[in-house]
Amino acid sequence: MRKEITNKDVRNFLANNIVPIIFIVLCAVCIPIAGYSGEYLVDQIITRIVRNSFLVLSLLIPIMAGMGLNFGMTLGAMAGQIGLIFVTSWNVVSIPGLLLAAIIATPIAILLGWFCGKMLNMAKGREMITSYMISFFMNGVYQLIVLYGMGAVIPIHSNQVILPRGYGVRNTVDLLNVRKSIDNFWSIRIFADENGTGGLTIPVLTFILIAILCVIIIWFRKTKIGQDMRAVGQDMEVAREAGIKVERTRILAIIISTVFAAYGMIIYLSNMGTLNTYNSHSQIGMFSIAALLVGGASVSRASIKNVFLGIILFHLMFILTPQAGRNLIGQAQIGEFFRVFVSYGVITLSLVLYEIRTRREKAESAKTLAIGQKEAEA
Amino acid sequence: MDKAMELIRSFGLPRLIITLFLLALFIIAPFAGINVGASLTDVLGRFGQNAIMVLAMVPMIHSGCGLNFGLPLGIISGLLGATLAIETGIQGPISFFLAILYSTPFALIFGWGYGKLLNRVKGSEMMIATYVGFSSVAFMSIMWLILPYHSPTMVWGYTGQGLRTTISTEGFYYHILRDSLNLRIGSFSISFGEIIFFAVFAFIIWAFLHTKTGTAMTAVGSNPVFARASGINIDKQRTLSVIMSTWLGALGILCYQQGYGFVQLYQGPMYMAMPAVSAILIGGASVNKANITNVIIGTILYQGIVSMTPSVMNSLIHTDMSEVLRIIVSNGMILYALTRKSGASR
Repeated sequence: MRKEITNKDVRNFLANNIVPIIFIVLCAVCIPIAGYSGEYLVDQIITRIVRNSFLVLSLLIPIMAGMGLNFGMTLGAMAGQIGLIFVTSWNVVSIPGLLLAAIIATPIAILLGWFCGKMLNMAKGREMITSYMISFFMNGVYQLIVLYGMGAVIPIHSNQVILPRGYGVRNTVDLLNVRKSIDNFWSIRIFADENGTGGLTIPVLTFILIAILCVIIIWFRKTKIGQDMRAVGQDMEVAREAGIKVERTRILAIIISTVFAAYGMIIYLSNMGTLNTYNSHSQIGMFSIAALLVGGASVSRASIKNVFLGIILFHLMFILTPQAGRNLIGQAQIGEFFRVFVSYGVITLSLVLYEIRTRREKAESAKTLAIGQKEAEA
Repeated sequence: MDKAMELIRSFGLPRLIITLFLLALFIIAPFAGINVGASLTDVLGRFGQNAIMVLAMVPMIHSGCGLNFGLPLGIISGLLGATLAIETGIQGPISFFLAILYSTPFALIFGWGYGKLLNRVKGSEMMIATYVGFSSVAFMSIMWLILPYHSPTMVWGYTGQGLRTTISTEGFYYHILRDSLNLRIGSFSISFGEIIFFAVFAFIIWAFLHTKTGTAMTAVGSNPVFARASGINIDKQRTLSVIMSTWLGALGILCYQQGYGFVQLYQGPMYMAMPAVSAILIGGASVNKANITNVIIGTILYQGIVSMTPSVMNSLIHTDMSEVLRIIVSNGMILYALTRKSGASR
């Protein structure tokens, strides 16, 4: 009897954590094949955590409000990029530049978040596909503004930003002015040898920012509005009867997520140092969501632990596969296709597993209800 | 006035705007120095190329599986058929039939698996379909590199390994339908080959939807509880519809290739579902209702805008904003359909 229970427990644990387990195995296989040094890998992972965690954390609040994975975070990323484009063209350098970019991005992100929230309220029950299509749609609007509006209607005159034809932003914008300014503001070096080379660089200020956001999210869950969001996420109708303004709460969740995503994008791009004007935002949407799911989150449940585990595992895979592909088959291209496949595959797998689990739970609760009824009748 | 409003409502405001916009484009075109005959030829050609992929949306919408964002899976079956047909080296019209023949088993197997999967995730088919499409395209990108193809027209010249990103269908089935039964009047030409090819399949789907199985399928989509009560096997009907959609997707891409002239591999099929989805929605379909008329009207309107906007805009304001406009119009249309109250029941 006892053994049966443990078997079932093991199976449940496997079923609930299958995605992280697959990734741990995958990384464990790839590490020796790729042949990178441990120091290099740790250094890379620290860089990725610094870059991505703010973005991935921005996904948590809509999940809490029962709105699933917010593919509309791309909208926030667009707002952040617009802020950075302005700052670069005005030549505002270093941390003031990033702050100014954040100030410009905030109202844009709020507006976009409000639009996205409104739309999602019109499509309850299929928020994810709708937020996904919103990100596609707004990508068109973004291109219209950035490729045709900027320089022509919106006054931007910097040669570094605007295409030679006089309007439209260049394909890649160099963010030299703000590059790594948060990271280098206060960074410490550990494990360095006597010459001061090698070792690991820890950007303390960025980590403090990320920690602050984590604290904010934990605190937010306990506030009135956070509780409301959780109630809405549990059951919209019950929440409505309890006097919670469901629509307003949902819009607020998306607005907060979009604004955080905008800040996250500014941190991400300042670490990268270059802006891919027409690609960065859509790429980051997919990678952030995949990373969160790799960390063991599901459509309805995600924690800060999932965020960090996910970033470490997902990006470890990202660093390893091209090299592993080159060493194994002699083609780095295969590794690159493989990681694209894994990113999409992970999202697919998590979504499917989540749906199957929800249905099973529903069926089980219906069964217990039926048994209870039968007993009551007897 | 009320009657006019009612008419507009039934026609749908976005559809009305798009129709008027297309009409305006055709009216402006001669003044912008554009040959209307050639433009019409272009629109009809694009119609023949794309219509079957749009038709592939119909069975799944009927059975209540929603919009087939997983069309890339069907397209991949088509690509497998196309590459296998070219690999045989047999040239001429036969290669087109070979491609259809070879792609069929893949489409049936993929469609069957895809249908089984969608049966387990009822209620969020569309999101999962999107990612099934993406993952299969990404997976096949790896496969195109390592599958043992040898035909020199397809394999990279310098390594002799892995398929090219685009393969010409020249010599195989290039313009096989486009150039058959072609009627030419001045600069305007119409290819009855493509249109008849589409009409045949459209008719088959129409007739199928009126058979006993077809009616059962529609019942599953419009009222699953009623369908179950009348003894219809819901999962079986849904799987059947997904297989049909996948096979039509395979056929659609082959039809597209013969007109376009190239087989696009790797990331090529990634976003090909979006134009088809948005075309059928422009044609008046909704998330759970579609018919053949929607397919025809939608494809003509969508392709009309896609082909007319760049030429008219270029000659008027010397900037090509058409790609951006296309993104906004087509995704806006999908968004409109997703947020409409009538579809909110599902």
